[in-house]
Amino acid sequence: MDTLFSPIAGGILIGLASMGLLATLGRVAGISGIAWGALAGPDRDWRLLFLVGLVSGTALVHTVLDKPIPSAPNAPLLLAVIAGLMVGFGTRMGSGCTSGHGVCGIGRLSVRSLVATLTFMTAGLVTVFVVRHMLGGVS
Amino acid sequence: MRQWPALLTGLIFGAGLALSGMTNHEKVLGFLDLFGAWDPDLAFVMGGALVVTLGATPWISGWARPLLADAFRLPANQTIDRKLLLGGAIFGMGWGLWGYCPGPAIAALAYGYESTVVFCIAMITGMWLAGKTDLIVSRFER
Repeated sequence: MDTLFSPIAGGILIGLASMGLLATLGRVAGISGIAWGALAGPDRDWRLLFLVGLVSGTALVHTVLDKPIPSAPNAPLLLAVIAGLMVGFGTRMGSGCTSGHGVCGIGRLSVRSLVATLTFMTAGLVTVFVVRHMLGGVS
Repeated sequence: MRQWPALLTGLIFGAGLALSGMTNHEKVLGFLDLFGAWDPDLAFVMGGALVVTLGATPWISGWARPLLADAFRLPANQTIDRKLLLGGAIFGMGWGLWGYCPGPAIAALAYGYESTVVFCIAMITGMWLAGKTDLIVSRFER
Protein backbone atom coordinates (compact mmCIF):
# COMPACT_ATOMS: atom_id res chain seq x y z
CA MET A 1 0.00 0.00 0.00
CA ASP A 2 2.70 2.41 1.03
CA THR A 3 4.67 1.51 -2.07
CA LEU A 4 1.81 2.66 -4.29
CA PHE A 5 0.79 5.65 -2.18
CA SER A 6 3.97 7.70 -2.64
CA PRO A 7 4.18 7.58 -6.44
CA ILE A 8 0.46 8.19 -6.95
CA ALA A 9 0.24 10.96 -4.34
CA GLY A 10 3.43 12.52 -5.72
CA GLY A 11 2.02 12.37 -9.24
CA ILE A 12 -1.21 14.02 -8.12
CA LEU A 13 0.81 16.83 -6.47
CA ILE A 14 2.73 17.32 -9.73
CA GLY A 15 -0.56 17.50 -11.63
CA LEU A 16 -2.09 19.93 -9.12
CA ALA A 17 1.00 22.16 -9.23
CA SER A 18 0.85 22.26 -13.03
CA MET A 19 -2.84 23.13 -12.96
CA GLY A 20 -2.25 25.74 -10.27
CA LEU A 21 0.31 27.48 -12.46
CA LEU A 22 -2.05 27.35 -15.45
CA ALA A 23 -5.00 28.65 -13.44
CA THR A 24 -3.14 31.53 -11.81
CA LEU A 25 -0.48 32.74 -14.23
CA GLY A 26 -1.73 31.00 -17.38
CA ARG A 27 1.58 29.26 -17.92
CA VAL A 28 2.64 25.72 -18.77
CA ALA A 29 4.73 23.99 -16.09
CA GLY A 30 7.40 22.77 -18.48
CA ILE A 31 10.56 22.72 -16.44
CA SER A 32 13.11 22.69 -19.25
CA GLY A 33 11.52 25.84 -20.67
CA ILE A 34 11.23 27.41 -17.23
CA ALA A 35 14.92 26.66 -16.49
CA TRP A 36 16.15 28.19 -19.74
CA GLY A 37 13.78 31.15 -19.48
CA ALA A 38 14.86 31.82 -15.89
CA LEU A 39 18.36 32.53 -17.22
CA ALA A 40 17.75 33.86 -20.71
CA GLY A 41 14.38 35.55 -20.21
CA PRO A 42 11.90 36.92 -20.99
CA ASP A 43 9.76 37.02 -17.83
CA ARG A 44 12.49 35.71 -15.58
CA ASP A 45 10.81 36.52 -12.27
CA TRP A 46 8.06 33.89 -12.12
CA ARG A 47 10.39 31.27 -13.57
CA LEU A 48 13.06 31.89 -10.93
CA LEU A 49 10.41 31.77 -8.22
CA PHE A 50 9.14 28.44 -9.57
CA LEU A 51 12.64 26.94 -9.53
CA VAL A 52 13.29 28.19 -5.99
CA GLY A 53 10.00 26.54 -5.03
CA LEU A 54 11.00 23.32 -6.77
CA VAL A 55 14.20 22.95 -4.73
CA SER A 56 12.47 24.07 -1.51
CA GLY A 57 9.59 21.65 -2.01
CA THR A 58 12.00 18.76 -2.32
CA ALA A 59 13.92 19.84 0.78
CA LEU A 60 10.63 20.26 2.65
CA VAL A 61 9.42 16.71 1.93
CA HIS A 62 12.61 15.18 3.30
CA THR A 63 12.53 17.42 6.36
CA VAL A 64 8.84 17.18 7.26
CA LEU A 65 8.12 13.59 6.23
CA ASP A 66 11.45 12.24 7.38
CA LYS A 67 11.89 10.64 3.97
CA PRO A 68 15.47 9.40 3.50
CA ILE A 69 17.55 11.44 1.05
CA PRO A 70 18.58 9.45 -2.05
CA SER A 71 22.24 8.46 -1.97
CA ALA A 72 24.73 10.33 -4.14
CA PRO A 73 25.07 9.11 -7.73
CA ASN A 74 28.30 7.12 -8.00
CA ALA A 75 28.70 7.02 -11.78
CA PRO A 76 31.67 8.94 -13.25
CA LEU A 77 31.29 12.74 -13.35
CA LEU A 78 32.05 12.73 -17.06
CA LEU A 79 28.82 10.82 -17.57
CA ALA A 80 26.91 13.57 -15.74
CA VAL A 81 28.44 16.10 -18.15
CA ILE A 82 27.54 14.08 -21.25
CA ALA A 83 24.04 13.21 -20.02
CA GLY A 84 23.38 16.78 -18.86
CA LEU A 85 24.47 18.21 -22.22
CA MET A 86 22.18 15.80 -24.05
CA VAL A 87 19.20 16.47 -21.78
CA GLY A 88 19.64 20.24 -22.18
CA PHE A 89 20.26 20.11 -25.93
CA GLY A 90 17.43 17.66 -26.59
CA THR A 91 14.80 19.37 -24.45
CA ARG A 92 15.43 22.76 -26.04
CA MET A 93 15.54 21.32 -29.56
CA GLY A 94 12.37 19.31 -28.91
CA SER A 95 10.67 22.17 -27.03
CA GLY A 96 10.01 20.30 -23.80
CA CYS A 97 10.62 17.52 -21.34
CA THR A 98 8.73 15.08 -19.14
CA SER A 99 6.74 17.87 -17.48
CA GLY A 100 6.02 20.14 -20.45
CA HIS A 101 5.26 17.41 -23.00
CA GLY A 102 4.52 14.44 -20.76
CA VAL A 103 2.33 15.95 -18.04
CA CYS A 104 1.03 19.28 -19.40
CA GLY A 105 1.07 18.58 -23.15
CA ILE A 106 -0.67 15.22 -23.00
CA GLY A 107 -2.99 16.80 -20.41
CA ARG A 108 -4.24 19.21 -23.06
CA LEU A 109 -4.42 16.44 -25.65
CA SER A 110 -1.57 17.72 -27.80
CA VAL A 111 -0.59 15.07 -30.34
CA ARG A 112 2.77 16.80 -30.74
CA SER A 113 3.47 16.32 -27.03
CA LEU A 114 2.31 12.71 -27.09
CA VAL A 115 4.71 11.99 -29.97
CA ALA A 116 7.55 13.78 -28.13
CA THR A 117 6.84 11.79 -24.95
CA LEU A 118 6.80 8.46 -26.77
CA THR A 119 10.05 9.44 -28.50
CA PHE A 120 12.03 10.29 -25.36
CA MET A 121 10.54 7.38 -23.40
CA THR A 122 11.61 4.97 -26.13
CA ALA A 123 15.06 6.55 -26.38
CA GLY A 124 15.44 6.29 -22.60
CA LEU A 125 14.39 2.63 -22.53
CA VAL A 126 16.71 1.73 -25.39
CA THR A 127 19.62 3.62 -23.82
CA VAL A 128 19.24 1.85 -20.47
CA PHE A 129 18.92 -1.48 -22.26
CA VAL A 130 22.12 -0.87 -24.22
CA VAL A 131 24.07 0.44 -21.21
CA ARG A 132 22.93 -2.19 -18.71
CA HIS A 133 22.36 -5.29 -20.79
CA MET A 134 24.73 -4.92 -23.72
CA LEU A 135 27.61 -2.91 -22.26
CA GLY A 136 27.35 -4.28 -18.73
CA GLY A 137 26.58 -1.03 -16.90
CA VAL A 138 28.58 2.08 -16.09
CA SER A 139 28.77 2.11 -12.32
CA MET B 1 4.12 40.67 -6.28
CA ARG B 2 1.51 38.92 -8.42
CA GLN B 3 4.02 36.21 -9.37
CA TRP B 4 3.86 34.48 -5.96
CA PRO B 5 1.82 31.51 -7.25
CA ALA B 6 4.93 30.45 -9.17
CA LEU B 7 6.75 29.95 -5.87
CA LEU B 8 3.85 28.01 -4.37
CA THR B 9 3.24 25.79 -7.41
CA GLY B 10 6.98 25.19 -7.75
CA LEU B 11 7.02 24.11 -4.11
CA ILE B 12 4.15 21.68 -4.62
CA PHE B 13 5.77 20.35 -7.81
CA GLY B 14 9.08 19.80 -6.00
CA ALA B 15 7.28 18.10 -3.10
CA GLY B 16 5.57 15.79 -5.60
CA LEU B 17 8.86 14.88 -7.24
CA ALA B 18 10.54 14.09 -3.92
CA LEU B 19 7.55 12.23 -2.46
CA SER B 20 7.22 10.06 -5.56
CA GLY B 21 10.92 9.20 -5.50
CA MET B 22 11.65 10.80 -8.87
CA THR B 23 14.53 12.83 -7.41
CA ASN B 24 16.30 9.48 -6.99
CA HIS B 25 18.00 8.85 -10.32
CA GLU B 26 18.40 5.14 -9.55
CA LYS B 27 14.65 4.82 -9.28
CA VAL B 28 14.12 6.51 -12.64
CA LEU B 29 16.74 4.27 -14.26
CA GLY B 30 14.92 1.33 -12.67
CA PHE B 31 11.77 2.35 -14.55
CA LEU B 32 13.65 2.65 -17.83
CA ASP B 33 15.24 -0.76 -17.23
CA LEU B 34 12.35 -2.75 -18.65
CA PHE B 35 14.41 -5.92 -18.95
CA GLY B 36 16.07 -5.73 -15.54
CA ALA B 37 14.53 -5.37 -12.08
CA TRP B 38 11.76 -3.15 -13.46
CA ASP B 39 10.45 -0.45 -11.12
CA PRO B 40 6.97 0.61 -12.34
CA ASP B 41 6.63 3.65 -10.01
CA LEU B 42 7.27 6.30 -12.65
CA ALA B 43 4.20 5.04 -14.52
CA PHE B 44 2.08 5.65 -11.39
CA VAL B 45 3.58 9.13 -11.02
CA MET B 46 2.76 9.97 -14.64
CA GLY B 47 -0.67 8.38 -14.22
CA GLY B 48 -1.45 10.38 -11.08
CA ALA B 49 -0.32 13.62 -12.72
CA LEU B 50 -2.21 12.92 -15.95
CA VAL B 51 -5.50 12.16 -14.17
CA VAL B 52 -5.31 15.71 -12.79
CA THR B 53 -4.12 17.47 -15.95
CA LEU B 54 -6.44 15.59 -18.32
CA GLY B 55 -9.35 16.40 -16.03
CA ALA B 56 -8.58 20.02 -15.22
CA THR B 57 -6.96 21.42 -18.38
CA PRO B 58 -10.16 21.55 -20.50
CA TRP B 59 -11.97 23.26 -17.63
CA ILE B 60 -9.29 25.86 -16.88
CA SER B 61 -8.50 26.66 -20.49
CA GLY B 62 -12.20 27.41 -20.97
CA TRP B 63 -11.88 30.44 -18.67
CA ALA B 64 -11.72 33.87 -20.28
CA ARG B 65 -8.36 34.48 -18.58
CA PRO B 66 -6.21 33.07 -15.77
CA LEU B 67 -6.84 34.34 -12.24
CA LEU B 68 -3.74 36.52 -11.97
CA ALA B 69 -2.58 37.16 -15.55
CA ASP B 70 -3.98 38.77 -18.67
CA ALA B 71 -4.03 35.71 -20.90
CA PHE B 72 -3.13 32.03 -21.16
CA ARG B 73 0.23 31.40 -22.79
CA LEU B 74 -0.11 27.96 -24.32
CA PRO B 75 2.18 26.59 -27.02
CA ALA B 76 0.46 26.92 -30.40
CA ASN B 77 2.89 24.77 -32.34
CA GLN B 78 1.33 21.47 -33.39
CA THR B 79 3.79 20.37 -36.06
CA ILE B 80 5.55 17.07 -35.67
CA ASP B 81 8.88 17.72 -37.34
CA ARG B 82 12.46 16.50 -37.35
CA LYS B 83 13.42 18.87 -34.54
CA LEU B 84 10.77 17.44 -32.22
CA LEU B 85 11.77 13.84 -32.91
CA LEU B 86 15.53 14.37 -32.91
CA GLY B 87 15.35 16.58 -29.82
CA GLY B 88 13.19 14.01 -28.04
CA ALA B 89 15.60 11.21 -28.98
CA ILE B 90 18.68 13.11 -27.76
CA PHE B 91 16.90 14.07 -24.53
CA GLY B 92 15.78 10.47 -23.98
CA MET B 93 19.30 9.16 -24.43
CA GLY B 94 20.71 11.63 -21.90
CA TRP B 95 17.84 10.74 -19.55
CA GLY B 96 18.68 7.06 -19.86
CA LEU B 97 22.38 7.68 -19.25
CA TRP B 98 21.94 9.42 -15.91
CA GLY B 99 18.32 9.12 -14.81
CA TYR B 100 17.48 12.82 -14.54
CA CYS B 101 15.15 14.87 -16.67
CA PRO B 102 15.19 18.66 -16.03
CA GLY B 103 12.65 18.77 -13.14
CA PRO B 104 14.21 16.14 -10.89
CA ALA B 105 17.72 17.39 -11.75
CA ILE B 106 16.93 20.87 -10.46
CA ALA B 107 14.87 19.60 -7.50
CA ALA B 108 17.74 17.29 -6.49
CA LEU B 109 20.03 20.32 -6.11
CA ALA B 110 18.44 20.34 -2.63
CA TYR B 111 20.65 17.35 -1.75
CA GLY B 112 23.84 19.27 -2.48
CA TYR B 113 25.59 16.55 -4.48
CA GLU B 114 28.44 17.68 -6.71
CA SER B 115 27.36 15.49 -9.64
CA THR B 116 23.89 17.09 -9.64
CA VAL B 117 25.41 20.56 -9.85
CA VAL B 118 27.62 19.36 -12.71
CA PHE B 119 24.60 17.81 -14.45
CA CYS B 120 22.59 21.04 -14.18
CA ILE B 121 25.43 23.21 -15.49
CA ALA B 122 25.90 20.80 -18.41
CA MET B 123 22.14 20.84 -19.03
CA ILE B 124 22.02 24.64 -19.25
CA THR B 125 25.08 24.55 -21.53
CA GLY B 126 23.27 22.01 -23.72
CA MET B 127 20.27 24.32 -23.95
CA TRP B 128 22.52 27.19 -24.95
CA LEU B 129 24.21 24.98 -27.57
CA ALA B 130 20.83 23.98 -28.99
CA GLY B 131 20.02 27.65 -29.51
CA LYS B 132 23.36 28.23 -31.28
CA THR B 133 22.94 25.14 -33.44
CA ASP B 134 19.45 26.20 -34.38
CA LEU B 135 20.80 29.56 -35.57
CA ILE B 136 23.45 27.86 -37.71
CA VAL B 137 21.01 25.33 -39.19
CA SER B 138 18.41 27.96 -40.03
CA ARG B 139 21.11 30.05 -41.73
CA PHE B 140 21.93 27.11 -44.00
CA GLU B 141 18.31 26.33 -44.72
CA ARG B 142 17.51 29.88 -45.73
